[in-house]
Amino acid sequence: MDATRLPLGPTVIGGAFLLIVPFVLPDWMKFIVTLAMAKFVAVLAVALFLRANQVTFGSAMFYAVGAYTVGFSVKWFHFGDMVVLLPVGALLGAGMAALVGLVMSRYREVFFAMLNLAFSMMLYGVLLKLYWLTGGTDGLGVGVPKFLGYVPPREYLRDFLYYTTLGVAGIVIYVVYRFLASPLGFYLRALGDNEIRIEYSGESVRHVMYVTYIVSGALGGVSGVLAAFTVGHIVPEYSFWIQSGDFVFVALLGGYASVLGPLIGSIAFEFIRTYASKYFPNEWQMTLGIIMLAIILFRPGGLWAIYESLASRFRRRSSEVPGA
Amino acid sequence: MREAAILKTVDLTKAFGMVMAANRINVEIHGGELVGIVGANGSGKTTFLNLITGYLTPDHGRIFLMGEDRAGLPPRVITRLGIARSFQIPQLYTNLSVLDSILLSLAAQADKGTSFWGPLYRQPWISEGMETLERFGLKTYARRPVSELPEGGRKLLDIALSFALRPKLLLMDEPTSGVSIKDKFQIMDTLIKVVQETGLTTLFVEHDMEVVQRYGRRVLAFNDGRVIADGGPEAVLTDPEVRKAVLGRA
Repeated sequence: MDATRLPLGPTVIGGAFLLIVPFVLPDWMKFIVTLAMAKFVAVLAVALFLRANQVTFGSAMFYAVGAYTVGFSVKWFHFGDMVVLLPVGALLGAGMAALVGLVMSRYREVFFAMLNLAFSMMLYGVLLKLYWLTGGTDGLGVGVPKFLGYVPPREYLRDFLYYTTLGVAGIVIYVVYRFLASPLGFYLRALGDNEIRIEYSGESVRHVMYVTYIVSGALGGVSGVLAAFTVGHIVPEYSFWIQSGDFVFVALLGGYASVLGPLIGSIAFEFIRTYASKYFPNEWQMTLGIIMLAIILFRPGGLWAIYESLASRFRRRSSEVPGA
Repeated sequence: MREAAILKTVDLTKAFGMVMAANRINVEIHGGELVGIVGANGSGKTTFLNLITGYLTPDHGRIFLMGEDRAGLPPRVITRLGIARSFQIPQLYTNLSVLDSILLSLAAQADKGTSFWGPLYRQPWISEGMETLERFGLKTYARRPVSELPEGGRKLLDIALSFALRPKLLLMDEPTSGVSIKDKFQIMDTLIKVVQETGLTTLFVEHDMEVVQRYGRRVLAFNDGRVIADGGPEAVLTDPEVRKAVLGRA
């Protein structure tokens, strides 16, 4: 898949679909899609590293930073303006990543994966233990968000959340696509292939890792802010390793060759989880396991690869039309 | 006054345990030269390149690049100073396309390698990249993944990636090793043509005397980490000591 081009067809069709869909969806489904789009932003951060053949089991730490940005802001300053808190969450996520990244950019593969996990679990421990600050396992309430000072009427709140999240997801898709099409984005892919050649081109592999890490932190922060407002309540589990694992799962499910893969994966994941836990309440995790197994065995490129092969088959068929 | 040598080593020494891989090497390379290094396996040819490019740190001695002592700097910094190298085993980005790879070198050359907003695919780089690929006979592979290149193509791309950095000195480590005898001279012809057209100062390591004889303007012969002869190909390659060291017979 060529990262230098945003697949225009699916982007426009998918965007239009997501714009219209709230008019027909029941509220609970609107909630699921909103949450899926929020988490998608964090999944993209994981997908960035997967392109470099690196996997992180600690990306939830930045997701938690974003969520607790909202939590603390509401708790201490009684300030819950979503539009303002989004860039604040991005900055704090990036800031935290700039610190942790100083260590992380030195490591690859299993060390990278596990050190990330270690850092995220340290944050989890802090969030859990500092009850007076974080509310411990009780978590923090977030309340009703404002949008640049405007409080939407209760019946439209879901729609406001939905469209804000959709807008942010759109911006993020554009930003990440630009990032991947840039020299650094290509070096990121090259990093999984040959670090020696990068150094012998006069570029620093560590720098590539570090910049990507900061970008991934910002994405995590944004995702956390969106999710906090969508759910309305935050708990230390935002930083738990299972959350990080979910992000990796979704990145693989959707496929990370395109920026759209994680979005498809994220929406699919939330629906699978919802329905699986409804119909097989005790075995829903097994359902996810089977799906993961099927993806890895048959379609390692994820749902995006399925789309791509269908699309290319369709293109081939339409080009076979006589006289066309 | 003559311009400072692009590369000058003074008593360059490196030992691996008891083995002297580089033993007081004194070499000067000036702009526009085309130098072949010849020597048997283990004679210290690749160690010499690894020392110059900062992959190894010398035990003693100095390395002057454009007149400045640069010993001990890492490869990345040495590369930025204008010393690029290719490898005996090509070091490529196997999952990228051939053009992607060249563009990355051009981006690095323009000091935009870590830019994360402007695209890699910009017109001036694409034209220059295609031009470079054409020089190396790889144009038809431009859009193909690197993993689909035949061995000769891999060697050429490895060198093209370093060439695209527009170095002051290009070091090629065994540019024809691992390719068939038939392709060997074809690859060297391509390379020498590029070097001659651009006037690029080049140092190439080669264990094949025939290749060195045919293409080197100046030949350095290595044995046991020492330079045992330095001069025109005729003089060096007929030297009995060199023949004994490289071929095992005088």
